[in-house]
Amino acid sequence: MSDVSRRDVLRTAAIAAAAGPLALTAPAQAVPKALTQHEFQTLHVLSGLILPADKDSPGAMEVGAAAWIDLMASQNAELLAIFTGGLAWLDEAMRHRGHTDFLTAPAAAQTALLDLIAFRRNESPESGPGIRFFSWARRLVLDAWVTSPAGTRSLGYLGNTGVAEFVVPAASLNWAIEHSPA
Amino acid sequence: MPQVAPQSAPVYDVVIIGSGAGGGTVTQILTSMGISVALLEAGPMLDPIHDFKEHMWPWQVEHRGLGPGCQSYFGKPYPFGYFTATFGGWELEHEPYTVAEGSHFMWFRSRILGGRTNHYGRFSFRFADYDFKPYSRDGLGTDWPISCDELAPYYSRAEAFIGVTGTEEHLRGNPDGVFLPPPPPRVHEALVQRACRKLNIPCIPNRMAVLTRPLNGRPACHYCGQCGRGCIGASNYSSSQVQILPALATGRLKLFTGAMARELLTDDSGRVSAVSYIDKATREERQIRCRTVVLAASACESARLLLNSKSPRFSNGLANGSGMVGRNLMDSVGFGMGAHIPALDGMPKYNSDGMGGMHVFMPWWLADRKDLGFPRGYHIEIGGGYGMPLAGRFTEIEGYGLPLKKEIRDNYGTWVHFAGRGEMIPNAASFCEIDPDVVDRWGIPVLRFHFQWSDAELKQAAHMRETFASIFDTMGGEYEKPPDKTEISTGGEIIHEVGTVRMGDNAKTSVLNRYCQAHEVKNLFVADGGPFVSNPDKNPTLTICALAWRTAEYLAEEMRKGNV
Repeated sequence: MSDVSRRDVLRTAAIAAAAGPLALTAPAQAVPKALTQHEFQTLHVLSGLILPADKDSPGAMEVGAAAWIDLMASQNAELLAIFTGGLAWLDEAMRHRGHTDFLTAPAAAQTALLDLIAFRRNESPESGPGIRFFSWARRLVLDAWVTSPAGTRSLGYLGNTGVAEFVVPAASLNWAIEHSPA
Repeated sequence: MPQVAPQSAPVYDVVIIGSGAGGGTVTQILTSMGISVALLEAGPMLDPIHDFKEHMWPWQVEHRGLGPGCQSYFGKPYPFGYFTATFGGWELEHEPYTVAEGSHFMWFRSRILGGRTNHYGRFSFRFADYDFKPYSRDGLGTDWPISCDELAPYYSRAEAFIGVTGTEEHLRGNPDGVFLPPPPPRVHEALVQRACRKLNIPCIPNRMAVLTRPLNGRPACHYCGQCGRGCIGASNYSSSQVQILPALATGRLKLFTGAMARELLTDDSGRVSAVSYIDKATREERQIRCRTVVLAASACESARLLLNSKSPRFSNGLANGSGMVGRNLMDSVGFGMGAHIPALDGMPKYNSDGMGGMHVFMPWWLADRKDLGFPRGYHIEIGGGYGMPLAGRFTEIEGYGLPLKKEIRDNYGTWVHFAGRGEMIPNAASFCEIDPDVVDRWGIPVLRFHFQWSDAELKQAAHMRETFASIFDTMGGEYEKPPDKTEISTGGEIIHEVGTVRMGDNAKTSVLNRYCQAHEVKNLFVADGGPFVSNPDKNPTLTICALAWRTAEYLAEEMRKGNV
């Protein structure tokens, strides 16, 4: 039979639970692997707009979403093309609106553009490429955030640990029953 | 056909091909009886501590579980995710299969010691008495040559050895077994139970091959919810950890890994005398001489091996005088649906990991109804709770900014999913055969699949959709109205393929006799899903273990008597 004791298993779980995050270079100073410095800074700001920090938890900028996406893009030419093309589209869209680029555009102009491309219902020949790029950006920014220690904490996940008995708290069960149809 | 190995080579009493649930069980039983065994596995040795990703966080791997360059989003997903112990999938590099025009089929293979038992769902349901006699019951399919009572002692032995949770329920459709106490239902599962009570649908504690108490030297579950990643402590059943690694310690097992079986070689008397295999490391053909052989390579791989073992005496493939090898291919019917459950919004969060699967399920409850419009039943599996946040989880949500952040927080853990698993009736249009034009990287001819659902399965899936909707409605759930068109899983997607080397009392209509011994080749046995005559809604692994246990005892007794 297995020579791994229950205690060993629980210890392994505890070590895994305590393992810190992989060191993420402070994104603003990072040297991008695949994106240009301008593309990287634009993506960094965009990630913060997609998932900002609030009083409860850090946002995508704080967890280094842009650095992770840049790293993944450095391993996949197709992914890189989605991001270089999409970030260039953002700048071009801003030029059409009388600004230099997305990064330096006023906050109101940035959010006005996102109000257009963050929703599939706004699909049009003009917005289509932006909408498709934004779903990729949002997907990967969300991935970077929910799979970070801070994002995991913010969602309230309490597992990945060893417990002797599986227990359901009465407070949770009662809440759900009280809020269920009679 | 290659020449048989020289007479000087060692002869093993039993050569077993495949190390999953069937091969693992036969290995365990025979070595415990003092019989020396050679076991061939097409994949590598398993090292649980290094190979299993139990307790790994997404941030501990550079790509966070999506694969290098986020390959999961670019046509190369990991089956069941990067962190699971699948060691294979529906597509294996350089090991193709083909699908006939007009058919859809997916063939899942795991190449590693223990095969698919390293990651499988571990739901362990006995077949009912009527599951063994489907033809007698409704005139469809074929009866098994054995009865529920004949297999019951082996179910008991298998359950007592591997460890299965459950409660006595006295349901004819899901006979009780030897059970360990189950954990309590999670909150969302308790809500499902409440709704099912109103609808008169049974919802009972799950029967799962997980130890809730220490058993046979294995520690009890620590409820991390990661059974699918493999359990380093072996608190769940895998043939690799629970049967084969202990068998190695007896000294009676000779394990050949990286050994891809190619053909069974027969002597002048028509008995199997050696197994020809490719040593993957050297790509050289080798042979192992044997007194008996047990195929446990998976239903379709065992059929392939028999069909590829042609000789003048067996021109149609070995043991295939009936023409039934490869025929009667079945999978389970699958249909899934999810709903947001507002009663879970804002609930105080808790650690809902538990066992790596649902704690309660709905067994088929309408077996006595004749007016459903389809003949056979299904059970319902439940998903939900606060799983570990993983990449790809929130891809459907729109918007940006603080509203988006709030929405993913609100969404987390407030969904419940149902998955139906139903019985398929064997049909003439569903089978596998050798593709005359294609070989794999070792030159072995590959399988070509033909697969069709019949009206019986399509109507059953439609019934699942209506049932799931009514349970969600009773729970106050919010879901997208199910589409009118009939949705059903692709053949092979549920990974319950069985039936391709079926057993029976009539050698003209079956390959194996009632002991899973080939009618035409007395020293050839099959111990995987191949012998199944029907594919009830109950997941096949427990029955594979019980049948293999019975076959191993019969084989040992026949050897003792000198009959094989």
